[in-house]
Amino acid sequence: MENELKVNPSGVSGGTGGAREYTVLTQADYENGVKEGKLFGLRCTACKKITCPPMPVCQWCGSRNLERTELGGEGELITFTEIRVPPEGFEDDVPYIPCLVRTKEGPCVVGRLDYDAERATQELLGKQVKLNGSYTKGDKFSGGPRTCPVFGVIE
Amino acid sequence: MRDVAIIGIGHTKFGRASKTLIELFSEAALQAIDDAGVDLKKIEALFQGAALPDFEEGQVMPAVFSAADLNLGPIPATRCEGACASASVAIRDAAMWVGAGEYDIVLAGGVEKASTMGVNFATRTFAMACHAPTEGPVGLTFPGVFAMAARVYSRNYDIPLDNLRAEMASVSVKNHRHGALNPLAQFYKKYGDLTVEDVINSRLVADPLTLLDCCPFSDGASALVLCSAEEARKYTDEPIYIVGTGQGSGTPLAKMEDLTKPVSRINSARAAFKHANLSPEDIDIVEVHDCFTIAELIALECMGFFKWGEAADATVEGQTELGGKIPVNMSGGLIGKGHPIGATGASQVYWIVKQMRGEAPKGNQIDPIPEYGMTDTLGGDFGTLCHLILGRSKRRK
Ligand SMILES: [Zn+2]
Repeated sequence: MENELKVNPSGVSGGTGGAREYTVLTQADYENGVKEGKLFGLRCTACKKITCPPMPVCQWCGSRNLERTELGGEGELITFTEIRVPPEGFEDDVPYIPCLVRTKEGPCVVGRLDYDAERATQELLGKQVKLNGSYTKGDKFSGGPRTCPVFGVIE
Repeated sequence: MRDVAIIGIGHTKFGRASKTLIELFSEAALQAIDDAGVDLKKIEALFQGAALPDFEEGQVMPAVFSAADLNLGPIPATRCEGACASASVAIRDAAMWVGAGEYDIVLAGGVEKASTMGVNFATRTFAMACHAPTEGPVGLTFPGVFAMAARVYSRNYDIPLDNLRAEMASVSVKNHRHGALNPLAQFYKKYGDLTVEDVINSRLVADPLTLLDCCPFSDGASALVLCSAEEARKYTDEPIYIVGTGQGSGTPLAKMEDLTKPVSRINSARAAFKHANLSPEDIDIVEVHDCFTIAELIALECMGFFKWGEAADATVEGQTELGGKIPVNMSGGLIGKGHPIGATGASQVYWIVKQMRGEAPKGNQIDPIPEYGMTDTLGGDFGTLCHLILGRSKRRK
């Protein structure tokens, strides 16, 4: 598991200069995982729950005793929308479908839904979905390209 | 804490402005200062909400240059940032400083000039108030977030989406009806006889929200003069007191338990009620953050004016209209009046004060004059929430 994460362990070039580091799984680790079809998160050794996307403390109990884990990538579609008026830079994507997914392990993840926008109706809510790709985008304001998960509906 | 009063109010015409944002704020500020009858030299600090002046005019420090534009001297001038709730945060902080006894008279308010950016760039910059790492690459927009919340509302309460669309549309119809009567509103004399069908059939922005479910991009400013209650009667016979305030912060969308029950809003509203020693039954009128039709319903439920899932029906029944259980957005709200985001919180307070003075436009003024009024302002996708409760009498101790 650990060695599957190809990361710079400090997340900072040149190390931490001796400062204690609290980030167990960086945003970059998480996004690199998504690019490889893996949904990485953190398991709390205090409350046993899963935190995802990553934070330096448990999203449920605030504990700092976190270890890296991999989620199954499956979950339930909580909601979605279909964007017709996009932010600058997303014009060529229209219409596209942002979605909110509750993973089987508990935490929710925001991503895109890979689905025909013309056929996307309220009946999709509650459907089972699975991580089936990634989407990367960046502009001069985003601090470089960022990656989000893409989910497909399990028909 | 000392009691704090509002002794002067100012508000520019909302819409598309040719003045710079510093000029716009000075217009509102001088109106407020003249309304209060206060000498400029008496102003001890400025608290200014401005959400995106960096992108609108390349102006990072509008508060500083507003103080300079008004020749206020080298007083502390602070830009307050809470996206669309920036002005409410500015007013709350200003009230805290006056309440704490540090200053006797301060200027607070906000300004925005969003129309210079155009729709797509404005949509991009507004979306910067979302959680950039996880929501940025998705291409989420504010209408998108509220469209997602509308779908959850439909599912939570078993309201077929088409029925909910009609109920949401009734929020737009009501708010445009009142916006059309408000001479300072962006849509003054426009859309006053809008129908539910007009709203449903307008262009889709983020399914299921249409253009008429959304507030517009706007320019404008609003400002207030705040004063310690002991000093207030030197300037006015009718000070309006800030009797309760609350503020809350949210999380990335992914960490929210339920998009229709944002904890940031529930906690902020409860804090304001607790501070004021009041409950929702005591409030006679509210201005809530109807950035989108669904947002008004969510706000009213979070604030405790209606039970979960009941604000939609209540709106259709007229309970949020003039003469209803709780008149909501009699100024036109963000939908009818316009939403210069950094100014909105101050505009909401301006219109509650106008109601309390009996000076709201004909057709928007409630009768009898309200004893207590409340504002609800939202920044980002439930990132910053701020509530202010105003009273014609001092805070109940
Ligand atoms: Zn935990």
